[in-house]
Amino acid sequence: MDDLGFIVASYVVTFASVALYARGVLYRSRKAARDVPRDKRPWL
Amino acid sequence: MSNDRATSTPFTKGLGFFVVLGIALLIILGIFVSPADVNQGESVRIMYAHVPGAWLAYLAFVMTAVSSAAYLWKRTRSLTWDRIAGASAEVGVLFMGISLVTGSLWGRLTWGTYWTWDARLTTTAFLFVTYIGYLAVRGLGGTHQQRARRSAVLALLAVLEIPLVHFSVELWNTLHQEASVAGRGTDVEMNGLMLFTLFLGVVVFTLMYVWLVLHRQRSLMLEDMLDDSGLDNALSERRAEATQAGH
Repeated sequence: MDDLGFIVASYVVTFASVALYARGVLYRSRKAARDVPRDKRPWL
Repeated sequence: MSNDRATSTPFTKGLGFFVVLGIALLIILGIFVSPADVNQGESVRIMYAHVPGAWLAYLAFVMTAVSSAAYLWKRTRSLTWDRIAGASAEVGVLFMGISLVTGSLWGRLTWGTYWTWDARLTTTAFLFVTYIGYLAVRGLGGTHQQRARRSAVLALLAVLEIPLVHFSVELWNTLHQEASVAGRGTDVEMNGLMLFTLFLGVVVFTLMYVWLVLHRQRSLMLEDMLDDSGLDNALSERRAEATQAGH
């Protein structure tokens, strides 16, 4: 397959950046949730 | 005080499962199964990440504008709308960045260059920078209400750039091709499997968008609560100090 490096790079960039962002969001959530009681979280 | 399931619910966990499944299927179909294009050859496989990224970035910015309008309208005013707007803009910037990078890689294969100051590329880059500015404005000081009001006004102005980006390929002579799927008067015949893979890409990116925005707006709510409690504690300390000084 020609151009395989560019094609794979585009998929790696796409899903690695989404995964990194998602990880960052979950990290910030967990950090903030340490000091917020469960009953203050309307989604629970 | 606990951080168990900080912003997760059974719904987001189920959604996350389908997102991971969808990504795996998209990679298999996009890279290995769908056919090469008659004109673009193998490089068309980049389309399954590039096009959904761009479409979902548009959707995210429109959602930011709709949520901002809901905040500004007195009958629906709630900081929840502001947090949805902020979360959606963040995810939109992420998707737009993905679309720019994948488009650049695709451009290298089809045009022979990573970047050119073409109308579509330039307006897209301008839109990207505008929303980075929007996020910077959200980070300025002030109360939550001040943040919500100023960023809502900015979001309603920024969304006006989207039609300019979308129609730039029709307004100017550009290297970028016109809309292949839903363009006006387009006569592009796409292979059924290619169309299905593109559709799957849009579905997967939409599910990713919902998952990311749900978690991010909840984490923004937690951060706002901490800000409020921090302010309350500081005020209590000042009052206690003032009372002691008075005695």
